[in-house]
Amino acid sequence: MEKQILENPRFKSLVKKRNRFTATLIAIMLFVYTIYALMLAYFPTVLALPLWQGSFINIGIPFAIFVIVLTFGLTGIYIRKANNEFDVEIRKVLEEIAE
Amino acid sequence: MNIAAIFMFVVIISITLVITYLASKRISNKNDFYTAGGKLTGLQNGLAISGDYMSAGTFLGITGLVYFAGYDGLIICVSAVIGLPFILFLIAERLRNLGEYTFVDVVSYRLSSTSVRVFSASSSLLVVLIYLIGQIVAAGTLIQVLFDVPYLLSIILIGSLMSIYVIFGGMLATTWVQIVKATLLLASGTFLAGAILLEVGLNFETLLQRATESHAKGRAILAPGLFFKDPISVLSLCLAGFGIAGLPHVLMRFFTVANVREARKSIFYATGFIGYFEILVFIIGLGAIFILAGQTDYFTADGHLLGGANMPAIHLSHAIGGDFFLGFISAVAFATILAVVTGLTLSAASTVSHDIYSQLIKKGESNEKMELLLSKITVISTGIIAIGLGYIFQHENIAFLNAFALSLAAATNFPILVMSIFWSGMTSRGAVIGGFIALILTMVLVLLSPTVWINVFGYAEAPFPYTYPTLFTMPVAFLAIFWFSITDKSERAASERAAFTHQFVRSETGFGANTLIN
Repeated sequence: MEKQILENPRFKSLVKKRNRFTATLIAIMLFVYTIYALMLAYFPTVLALPLWQGSFINIGIPFAIFVIVLTFGLTGIYIRKANNEFDVEIRKVLEEIAE
Repeated sequence: MNIAAIFMFVVIISITLVITYLASKRISNKNDFYTAGGKLTGLQNGLAISGDYMSAGTFLGITGLVYFAGYDGLIICVSAVIGLPFILFLIAERLRNLGEYTFVDVVSYRLSSTSVRVFSASSSLLVVLIYLIGQIVAAGTLIQVLFDVPYLLSIILIGSLMSIYVIFGGMLATTWVQIVKATLLLASGTFLAGAILLEVGLNFETLLQRATESHAKGRAILAPGLFFKDPISVLSLCLAGFGIAGLPHVLMRFFTVANVREARKSIFYATGFIGYFEILVFIIGLGAIFILAGQTDYFTADGHLLGGANMPAIHLSHAIGGDFFLGFISAVAFATILAVVTGLTLSAASTVSHDIYSQLIKKGESNEKMELLLSKITVISTGIIAIGLGYIFQHENIAFLNAFALSLAAATNFPILVMSIFWSGMTSRGAVIGGFIALILTMVLVLLSPTVWINVFGYAEAPFPYTYPTLFTMPVAFLAIFWFSITDKSERAASERAAFTHQFVRSETGFGANTLIN
């Protein structure tokens, strides 16, 4: 059974597609978060720069809120794709194997 | 003594006891006890997960940090949510497909040696216990301040209540207590932040301006660096956010929903609620700065905040809503602590009765009655131990205990879990030796850090200058697991590597997973 699943072309392409999709989301999240962390650690003065002349809002505040909103957005994108597409594919794979 | 506070306090305890009573009638087997029968919806579980995150540490501790140090409180908010998308992308579905009740199930799915189960169960218990002590100490101190009850009496009260919820209501009661608390906390936070925003005419710019004008440090509070002073500490904190993916009481929540779909949804909802709450916390902390300023009722004669660093949110609620709202918020804070310690206790119980007794000692052939009885005995023992240690460590810094638990989870459970799922080359030897090295290293570095070396032992200078060790311990864990796996030439190692194919198919498709849970 396992061999059959492993060699199933639908399963193979699903795993590849899903890995690529997840890797993209992880890359986006890690990229943004790493920049945020490195700026906090080494360029805090840049984060303290005001957004515009005379504003109390600096770069750091919207950046932090952006990271929080991004985590929510990316989880939303992921579950849409996973619940609507990947799950259907997996069911098809298991049906094909059962036949 | 505040009458409204006592009233709300009694109301909340009554609600949770009713929940427990109703839940107790629905528990007939261990599946009900450990996972609420796997019948929760994504929304319910998402609220419960966010409840696990929104501890008293977040609500009182981080608003306090924002009040004193401004922007650096927001960094903790960001690092707290960052683990969630990674749990979703990498861990949640595979955890469900491979495990039954705990994350130890997943780690020992193909790693056959008993030492793996012993090690991950022990590190689970250690993390849970340290986290629990932190929460108990916070609870005792808070109740002492709010209700004027002696410290020992308040931790006995909390220890007894959490034991009652778990023993009689299992996961179902634990979850509903968490849901009620999360809803109350989100509502209270919205009310407080809303009142602050109305005060500044819904203008964020004005909010920042008034906060900086009322704070001794002025505009410096809007920039990072008042609390975390060196780069390594900031980076370690940012990395420690991943430790959440190694907290056993959070991971066990993915077994309480009907299927992978609902498991995913629960993270989506949790991320939304937590992210929303973290932003509220930032607003509340900033608001407290200018609303409390100049109100002498909340300060001692020499200008210190009454009750200490965790109190800004409490005083703010009095300033905004008077005695009644103060009572309400105090009771909500109490419920928050209660719900989190209840989840931790259940997690300890399932580790002992499922991972150690049923799977390890009885090799999966245990008598279910015996297993349930053992988990209840564990709950009572955990309650007693927690009260005892909570008493001994009553002057310990709460934030430190939480950070310690999270650092341990980030250095041991998290790397072992991730590598067992994704790396076919991992062996029992690699997991146990690698995990053990990371565990010892974390303990040594924490011991040598300023928090213990200077604050506890009283030396002038700490050999390890950073508060959080994760930046060093997590990479060491991954490397050590890698090295002791590839150098493992035993027969067992070969069969464990071969078993990865089987594990891979099941983790990707759920094929062959326990039908009870599907």
